[in-house]
Amino acid sequence: MHKPDFVYKTYIRSTPEKTWDAITKPEFTRQYWGEMANLSDWKQGSEWKHVNKDNETWIVGQVTESIPPKRLVVTWADPDDLKDVSRVTYEIEPLEEMVCLTVTHDNFIPGSEMAGKVSKGWPHVLSSLKSFLETGKGLKLGCASQSQG
Amino acid sequence: MFDMQPFGCMIPRVMDDVFKALADASRRKLLDELHKRGGQTLGELCQHLDMSRQAVTKHLGLLEAANLVATSWRGREKLHYLNPVPLHEIYERWIAKYERHRLDALSELKKGLEENTNTKK
Repeated sequence: MHKPDFVYKTYIRSTPEKTWDAITKPEFTRQYWGEMANLSDWKQGSEWKHVNKDNETWIVGQVTESIPPKRLVVTWADPDDLKDVSRVTYEIEPLEEMVCLTVTHDNFIPGSEMAGKVSKGWPHVLSSLKSFLETGKGLKLGCASQSQG
Repeated sequence: MFDMQPFGCMIPRVMDDVFKALADASRRKLLDELHKRGGQTLGELCQHLDMSRQAVTKHLGLLEAANLVATSWRGREKLHYLNPVPLHEIYERWIAKYERHRLDALSELKKGLEENTNTKK
């Protein structure tokens, strides 16, 4: 068994259903993920893509597991560099009146450029997601953290 | 397909715990070690640190309770990761958007100057 590369965890005052929707519905992701949208029907085997407000595709992949509102696993690649593919797992666990959201980004190819890009992005996306679910407002993305993820 | 067991989620505490967890040099050292290499087991961490296994266990527990360390299981091994999300929240809270570039520039300058001094020695 391999070792995951990045494990991020955040606790959010919300429900698993709302958290799932915040990750999978473009009208929500646009409010906290730097105006990006995650598009898919989120069925196992379906394609998904991460597009900006001009509908340019930044990330593409496949849904490899989908158990709403608990677990979502997708592959993750830059459409211009499909060989540099990795895997993202979202796990949502209810915890009293909160949810614990764990995002694992792993399965990088050796020398992956994506690995360097996403390690700056995820903490911001997750803080912003938490803020969005708890207060209705995401965080503004600075230029420094506008990388994918 | 599940090559990892579910993640252990603990009830998170308040922001005080983050600062308390950071207010200890040994725990910061542990975070440095995990920043260098994520996914270390307790045994691996003990090899790199001048602390007893018991002390490392105790510090890891505090860091995990403050959500600064995230864990995942690989078989029977518990792997530890630096979880930067609470630190990002601190950053977001006090650092305004327009200050970031200047701070990055300052930090680069400091790093560059300190490296120069070290090579001269």
